[in-house]
Amino acid sequence: MLRLVGTPAAPGMAAGPIVRVGGAKRKARERRSAAEERRQIDAALAAAQSSLTMLMDSMGDSEAGGILAFQLALLEDEEITGPLAAAIVSGAAGDAAWSSIMNTLIADYETAEDAYFRARAADLADLRERVLDALSGNGSQAIAPGSIVVAEDFAPSRFLATDWRDGGLVLERGGTTSHVAILARSRGVPLLVGVGPVDVSVAAEALLDSHDGLLVVEPDRTARDAFAHRRARHADQARADGLHLAAEARTAAGERVSVMINVARPEELERIDPDHVDGIGLVRTEFLFHDRRDLPSEQEQYLVYRAIAQWARGRPVTIRTLDAGGDKPIAGLTREGETNPFLGVRGVRLSLERPDVLKLQLRALARAAVAGNVKVMVPMVAVPEELAQVRALLAEAVRELAAEGIEALLPPLGMMVEVPAAALAIETFDADFYSIGSNDLLQYLMAASRDEPDLASLARPGTAFWRVLRELCSHGREAGREVSLCGDLASDLHAIPELLRNGLRTLSVAQASLASVKAAIRRA
Amino acid sequence: MSQTAQSTVVIEHEVGLHARPSVKLTQLAKSFAAKIEIATRPDGPWIDAKSIVKVMGSKTPKGALLHVRAQGDDAEAAVRSIVALVERDFEAAI
Repeated sequence: MLRLVGTPAAPGMAAGPIVRVGGAKRKARERRSAAEERRQIDAALAAAQSSLTMLMDSMGDSEAGGILAFQLALLEDEEITGPLAAAIVSGAAGDAAWSSIMNTLIADYETAEDAYFRARAADLADLRERVLDALSGNGSQAIAPGSIVVAEDFAPSRFLATDWRDGGLVLERGGTTSHVAILARSRGVPLLVGVGPVDVSVAAEALLDSHDGLLVVEPDRTARDAFAHRRARHADQARADGLHLAAEARTAAGERVSVMINVARPEELERIDPDHVDGIGLVRTEFLFHDRRDLPSEQEQYLVYRAIAQWARGRPVTIRTLDAGGDKPIAGLTREGETNPFLGVRGVRLSLERPDVLKLQLRALARAAVAGNVKVMVPMVAVPEELAQVRALLAEAVRELAAEGIEALLPPLGMMVEVPAAALAIETFDADFYSIGSNDLLQYLMAASRDEPDLASLARPGTAFWRVLRELCSHGREAGREVSLCGDLASDLHAIPELLRNGLRTLSVAQASLASVKAAIRRA
Repeated sequence: MSQTAQSTVVIEHEVGLHARPSVKLTQLAKSFAAKIEIATRPDGPWIDAKSIVKVMGSKTPKGALLHVRAQGDDAEAAVRSIVALVERDFEAAI
């Protein structure tokens, strides 16, 4: 039996076989004869070719299919295979030779003027990895439902493509506020992070308890019994919390608290009754821009925003403009190779660099405002000028739509409060409402990365955070502007009493936490 | 008998030599024995039309004038076919 302790990132329990995804790291390959290197690289190229062909057959004549055809053609191009063979003959290792050739190509595309060609750098990097994976025998295997997946790190796109029924995820690295952690909480998938290197045999039976932060491999009888006991207790708790789900949230003293939900993908709303929420405090719009080769059109965005506004039946729906950069790269839009992306061109900074993209989104939002109570929120605002520029663009978008005879409304415009400079000078901003992004605000206040497991104890709210929160809430009351909190802290049951004590009355939480948050408010 | 042939055509495709058009052009070029080269300027640089690295790497935009030249037994047919592919906007031949 092996017990591993980690940080709970999404609560839940799962029992099942371990599935190891991706080696801890690709191991440096041993040197072999040139002939053997050649044989192995040829086999890897052939493996990449056959997996690409299979993918392409399922894509048809789409743009994405075109990209796969491009990748396939590269594998056969003598401009690549020629130098590759020559490098191996002259003694280079196959993986190093392949990487070097691909990196030169990637660098060329990264500096292309045209955004389309720039975005192809990511496809070339994809191809590079695909072949390297084949070389090291790390193909991407399918994950059966009910598995406990162990990985060093896990891509958000892969997380979304996996069937997590009865299963869970354990990450050797990662923090509780990474993109994958947010997705896991919103989907109710048990997630344990920061357990450190795991050396377990694949298919070993394991028990995952991400309430208590524990992974037990090959459990004995006692561990099994304890797990079953805790699982039953949590199920009881969930049933008890469930009684609060449909009720309005009120404190023990009877004071009303608004509890809204965060939405990362519109499909999530299918599982929720709009009558159970006071609105949507945060719609992340990044999903519209992910896993595609082009940017979403105004019409495509409008239809999605309108559907969400209609779902809420008049309740407020706060939609955040594209928050790319940081840990959320988007091909062809975000910069690559920033030395410190969290302090780089992200959020509104990137949007103002690409006003064409922002304007299109604002037009779609202004059109959707006709269908419901839509509010627009701007991420990563540091100085009043940034918000003023977005306000001007929004007004321009509404004027344009009016001139084109397209129905639209000017929605309220608010800001995320996540940059300390903005939090400390909040009265200087012309915002209709404020939403505290506690994940980023905490990491910037504490100068502690949210993905660094060793700093997990630092990235917690302390005196400085509570003081900032108190002042924000008091400014909001005086100015008559709503202050809400949409970060993970709002779903942290232990933090809720303190949030309320400091004056917060609007929380926007992960959907899986809706009932337990309402119950915690009742107890506070 | 070895021939040489040359022609020019304007790329009207909506986005230029993007992934799909580039792949189609190289696939067509490879079906000929002749050495086929393309350039966006009459004085070159001339690039190998059978190499996706080169064709896609030329990052040729919409509206560019594409010069095509070939040398080899089927050079004339090759140039004719490639010009025709570009002219029908990279759609499949009927």
